[in-house]
Amino acid sequence: MIAQELLAALQGVAPQTSERPSADCPAFNCPLDSLIPVLRALRDNHGYDMLVDATGLDNGVESSPRFTVLYHLLSTATHSYARIAADCADDETPLAPSAVELWPAAEWHERECFDLLGIKYENHPDLRRILMWDEYPHHPLRKDFPLAGHEEDLWDQEISDETGTKVISAPMMGGPFVAKSSKFENEREPRAKDESWNEKNPKPEGQSRK
Amino acid sequence: MVSSNTDIGYNSKVEGGVIVSKADAVINWIRTNSLWPMPMGLACCAIELMAAGASKFDIARFGAEVMRFSPRQSDVMIVAGTVTYKMAPVVRRIYDQMAAPKWAIAMGACASSGGMYRSYATMQGVDRIIPVDVYVSGCPPRPEALLDALIKLQDKVGTEASTSNLLKA
Repeated sequence: MIAQELLAALQGVAPQTSERPSADCPAFNCPLDSLIPVLRALRDNHGYDMLVDATGLDNGVESSPRFTVLYHLLSTATHSYARIAADCADDETPLAPSAVELWPAAEWHERECFDLLGIKYENHPDLRRILMWDEYPHHPLRKDFPLAGHEEDLWDQEISDETGTKVISAPMMGGPFVAKSSKFENEREPRAKDESWNEKNPKPEGQSRK
Repeated sequence: MVSSNTDIGYNSKVEGGVIVSKADAVINWIRTNSLWPMPMGLACCAIELMAAGASKFDIARFGAEVMRFSPRQSDVMIVAGTVTYKMAPVVRRIYDQMAAPKWAIAMGACASSGGMYRSYATMQGVDRIIPVDVYVSGCPPRPEALLDALIKLQDKVGTEASTSNLLKA
């Protein structure tokens, strides 16, 4: 019910707004250029006064649009949530408007999203990486980035020269490591997904690292 | 078990008079019993490190209770936790700032080998960036395990040829 009323109201702001499949709270897709007006309408007219989460999605390397930005809102008066999604136009260097002007809390969330997915937020006051170091060239949560990572220099050249240490891609040894669900504790121990190779038996030829 | 080379010649007949010993024994005796740690607490292992410092386990029994947050005043760096690549050069720089002689303990699975973090962000063992004397297994290790590592380090320090090292320097 709330979803239908909200949808009608938001279509008054941006006519192309549509309902988004959701298992929990009301969710809407809206065009990227009307994302900020829609968020502003939700905040000012519908009581969604708190930004709970701002994040992004990588829909897969082949997908287009590949990247989606997501905003989760909470109304502290009615305790109801809403989710707004907007697809980014560019699949290689996605751009999205920043919601910092509406909620200062968006600042670090958007920095994280920029760091890990490479979505650039326009009008963000301080768009730097928040987890990885500034010079890191990749965006690790993109689907085409291997969990083990790539070989890089350390960010401190002096230490790198002194120790001869680099950022290496982590030895996966049949990983990633997952715990299987079982009622026996010894079977729930985390194990490598692909046990055909490990420290003793080398990885079979012809398999990619991904 | 390796025993400390700290036997000093003691004879009640010359009490208050002379004690004859080896320079190594005296230096090592002094060093082993006041290893001041540089607590490099990076993750949950640091909580166990704090427990080792608190009254129940009491690291003071081994002369290592003076946790120095200044590297200039510490002897042993206890790397307690996950070393990320972002943090690794900082760890090394702090280690470089410690005055010799200095030692390092890798506490727990993460500091020893990267532990469960086989990923792009985690250094696969702090020994890739600083020389480690004692590794402690566990995730996290119990405080007793850290104390055991400290005793092992004391034994190691006790067998060093300190005098010739000093003269070489």
